[in-house]
Amino acid sequence: MSGGASAAPAARTEKLTLAQAVNRGLAEEMRRDPRVLVMGEDVGVDGGVFRVTEGLLEAFGPERVLDTPLAESGIVGAGLGLALTGYRPVCEIQFSGFVYPALNQIFAHVARYRNRSRGRYAVPMVIRMPYGGGIHPPEHHSESYEALFCNTPGLKVVIPSTPYDAKGLIVSAIRDDDPVVFCESERIYRAFREEVPEGDYAVPIGKAKVVAEGEDVTLIAYGSMTRQAVEARDALARESVAAEVLDLRTVCPLDVEAILGSVEKTGRAVVIHEAPRNTGVGAEVAALIQERALLSLQAPVQRVCGYDAVFPFPLLENHYLPDRERIVRAARAALDF
Amino acid sequence: MEGTDRTTLLLNLYRTMLRIRLVEERFVEPILSGEVKCPVHLYTGQEAVAAGVCAALEDGDYVFGSHRSHGHYLAKGGDLAKMVAEIYCKATGCARGRGGSMHVIAPSAGMMGAAPIVAGTISLAVGAAYAASVRGDGRVSVSFFGDGATGEGVLYESLNLAAVLKLPAIFVCENNLYSTHLPILECRPSEEVYKIAEPFGIAARRVDGNDALAVYEAASSAVSRCRAGQGPVFLEALTYRWRGHVGPDDNIQGAHTDIRSPEEIERWRKRDPIGRLRALLLRDGAAGEAELASLDERIAAEVEAAASAARAADFPATKELADHVFSRP
Repeated sequence: MSGGASAAPAARTEKLTLAQAVNRGLAEEMRRDPRVLVMGEDVGVDGGVFRVTEGLLEAFGPERVLDTPLAESGIVGAGLGLALTGYRPVCEIQFSGFVYPALNQIFAHVARYRNRSRGRYAVPMVIRMPYGGGIHPPEHHSESYEALFCNTPGLKVVIPSTPYDAKGLIVSAIRDDDPVVFCESERIYRAFREEVPEGDYAVPIGKAKVVAEGEDVTLIAYGSMTRQAVEARDALARESVAAEVLDLRTVCPLDVEAILGSVEKTGRAVVIHEAPRNTGVGAEVAALIQERALLSLQAPVQRVCGYDAVFPFPLLENHYLPDRERIVRAARAALDF
Repeated sequence: MEGTDRTTLLLNLYRTMLRIRLVEERFVEPILSGEVKCPVHLYTGQEAVAAGVCAALEDGDYVFGSHRSHGHYLAKGGDLAKMVAEIYCKATGCARGRGGSMHVIAPSAGMMGAAPIVAGTISLAVGAAYAASVRGDGRVSVSFFGDGATGEGVLYESLNLAAVLKLPAIFVCENNLYSTHLPILECRPSEEVYKIAEPFGIAARRVDGNDALAVYEAASSAVSRCRAGQGPVFLEALTYRWRGHVGPDDNIQGAHTDIRSPEEIERWRKRDPIGRLRALLLRDGAAGEAELASLDERIAAEVEAAASAARAADFPATKELADHVFSRP
């Protein structure tokens, strides 16, 4: 199972990008557990389009770092076959928009093999994919469809927003006995660095994190949007509004306690994601809040999302993606209700 | 192969095929009467393929199935009574009554599972073959699928991956000449399915899928090749299902879909794989009429007992509805 309590971070740290942090997590788990292997398009010799698997081939050899043909369905299906026969594969999908040929495998088999075998098979498998906008390529290279996976019983969906969390969460995902869809924001792969402990630590799946405390409104975000929420919080602070920022980190299963706890305190919530609005994670969070914390609410839950449109290329991208201004406006709407 | 070994093999093949046949035919009446509500894809007529291939395997080898996998399950060593109970959707079934006919599974026997998604488990079998290859444990991984699966893209991804990595994978295509209700030449340019594997450099051949001994010999040679690290093999077994695509008779003339003529079905019934093996056993003197009759009776009794037990068993409890979605609730 996933991490449980985080182990004490090692004393030594390294200043890493999110991409490097995932790389360190993969390498350390591969070193620790010979059952872990990495497979996908260009993950070996090339080191991955985003360099996330760089150096793994040299360290662990071609059997455990498998360069596959361009065949997403085959990659995920073969990954599942490995998971059923004693391995813990980490399959890379080059961009989240390339996963569609593999959805058959993910929805029809990966998510339900435990159920199909009535618990006799576990599916310890991670499907990693860079997602989201901000680096300017067209639609398939920039979109966010995490809600598809959240709507599929049997899958866990993890989306880190910082290098520290990315390493700790990829470790938990690999150690988890259930399939984990692990989405890595392209926009923040290299946007900033932070100190990341060397050695073994895990960030638990299913636990959100309060990034900043506040009493007036809760900004609920994940992945790349957490930084936008923090910027919005700073802007609101200049107007003497104290916003709390909650980073979900796992979007399925949601950390219900953390969401309700924060909203019961602030009475107002803004949910932010770059995925389309219709039946997105924001809709689930908003429904949860009205079901379980209605009497705490001072205003309707606000959603700041991508639009229900194909991800635009490239000049309209900045308009599509939620930013500080849109989040601040939504927070004000909640405050002024 | 001669003498005792051959006799043992022929009797084993016969017993396996007969168990499959009698179970399948035992479901006809309960399906028609509505007692069995789960969709059932009967294997009658194709028994020699499952029996012949699985007789060439060891317990530790992997088998992945399809929507029509009762035969694969039984031939690989799955428990007969648990399969019957599964088709009755009972809690005593091999998938605890939650999967039905299309999700027969027996992990302890190496029957890794089946699914109705055509071609759905082929890539899984390739993954299992990769596991065997990395471990170097000598196992082989078999994927059973029908000719209909040749229309699905993932088959070609799987053939390619298995060929590139030289995996111990055996692709067994049971060509029964119909993709659900469409005759093969209306959905493929050729009846010769095995040729699809040739561009991948995969050893491929067609075998008479109604001749259990021929299937066994082809499968044995494929298994040897795989265990020797010589890469994947593609076997096309030409055969025919006597019953409908789903249920006993959904596409026999006179029923609602009117695809196959009774004359065509009759021609294939004359090539009954079980009748042919029975004749061979008698001709070889490997078994006498009395011995075979007694075997028939024993298996019929086993099937009857399984059906009675299944009928009497409970359905899964409501409280189990959300079990096994995740490793921890």
